[in-house]
Amino acid sequence: MVGRCPIKTIFRGRSPGYSFLFLLLLAVALIVADLYTAQMRQGRAYLSLLITPLQWLVDIPSRAAGEVSDLVVDRRLLLKENEQLRADALLLERKVQHVAALTAENVRLRELLNGRARIDEQVMLAELIGVNPDPFQHQVIVNRGLEDGVYEGQPVLDAGGVMGQVVESTHYTSRVVMITDARHAIPVEVNRNGVRSIALGTGEMDELVLDHVADTADIREGDLLVTSGLGGRFPRGYPVAEVSKVVRDPGQPFASVRAVPTARMDKSRHLLLVTMPQPLILAADPAEARPAGSQAGVVKPDSSQTDAARPEATDGH
Amino acid sequence: MATSRSGGSLIIIGTFLVGLVFSQIPLPNALLWARPEFIPMILIFWVLVLPHRIGMGTAFLVGLALDLIKGSVLGLNALSLVTIAYLAYLLHQRMLMYPLWQQAFLVLVLVGINQLIFHWMQALFGMTGDSLLFLLPSLVSALIWPWLFLVLNGIRQLFRIG
Repeated sequence: MVGRCPIKTIFRGRSPGYSFLFLLLLAVALIVADLYTAQMRQGRAYLSLLITPLQWLVDIPSRAAGEVSDLVVDRRLLLKENEQLRADALLLERKVQHVAALTAENVRLRELLNGRARIDEQVMLAELIGVNPDPFQHQVIVNRGLEDGVYEGQPVLDAGGVMGQVVESTHYTSRVVMITDARHAIPVEVNRNGVRSIALGTGEMDELVLDHVADTADIREGDLLVTSGLGGRFPRGYPVAEVSKVVRDPGQPFASVRAVPTARMDKSRHLLLVTMPQPLILAADPAEARPAGSQAGVVKPDSSQTDAARPEATDGH
Repeated sequence: MATSRSGGSLIIIGTFLVGLVFSQIPLPNALLWARPEFIPMILIFWVLVLPHRIGMGTAFLVGLALDLIKGSVLGLNALSLVTIAYLAYLLHQRMLMYPLWQQAFLVLVLVGINQLIFHWMQALFGMTGDSLLFLLPSLVSALIWPWLFLVLNGIRQLFRIG
């Protein structure tokens, strides 16, 4: 009876204390291996293949609920929504016409200045299939993986702005850490005047804080913060957050600046994965690789994922 | 006898799979902190009723699966689950004698230990907030323990696992 279970057989005849100690040490060894060796990442990707069907399974109820509500929706409501979308499309098209003219002008000006041409980023659509159940971690799982060309550190956007970056990929899914995660930092600049800073996540879904902002820095409530592209991780110029509160206390060394992310962090289901143009990340000569106006060095692709931005803090002027 | 035994293994694996799915289902923000810890509870149940079959080895494997699905450092959940499986094994003779509400109290302690180990280890790697709310799931787990025990015991008797 005792010998039936394969795991039990290994420890037959010994007291459970020994097997407890053995498994404990095994777990600790695994933890250390996972933290300090790069090969474990690949191992994880393969092991996670076993788990992927479970992740899909978890998503089925909400997917089904969405489909049912699509089925029973009122015709008048649909017509109204259609009309609204048409109006939105018209507005956006007008904006795009404007952008086309501006882009052309930008290219001409850059040519005049002998600067590097900006390369358009490629985007890939992804759908959210899971949320990390741990409330301490702001992570979501999307339905794109290594097979689709997802790479670690890839920026993720939604319709409103930057949402986060990929931290782990399996073959068919990826884990995205959001910019509001307490361990995430993203280099930003004020859209109005180009003041640079680092936006840190706080662990709250609707709040970012700016780190080490001088009391005299020109930042006001309502300012739009966009990615500065300094870390080499995020493409330049995408909206990140809107400054919601600035407190300048003479007793404190730095101003306290809070901002609300423009992306709909806990609501978006459809996301965009942006592929950064390669030369920007992997150029041999840092001076050559700098995008115009940026002072940043080149971030090595293997530098720690979520903290990619932090080394730049000392670099910003 | 042998066939019912292997069939029983499938049912046990099935309960753990359902537990894994439940531990992943998205909850509204209000309930985010109160998610019952199904996997530790299911593990405690099987260790209690089948201490000779389900033990630390199972706990280790289930822990690895939970680590993969949660995206935590590989081995973290394995570590905490192996610990509570060991404690449950030490307690199982006494615990089975208790009425359900008293068992629930021990489940509170065991799941609480699981949560503490998990979050202490996470804190070592810098993944934590400053809230003690992570202990709330142990209370919720204790509250639903009697019902979970009855359901799992029903399943066990239905399939004559033992």
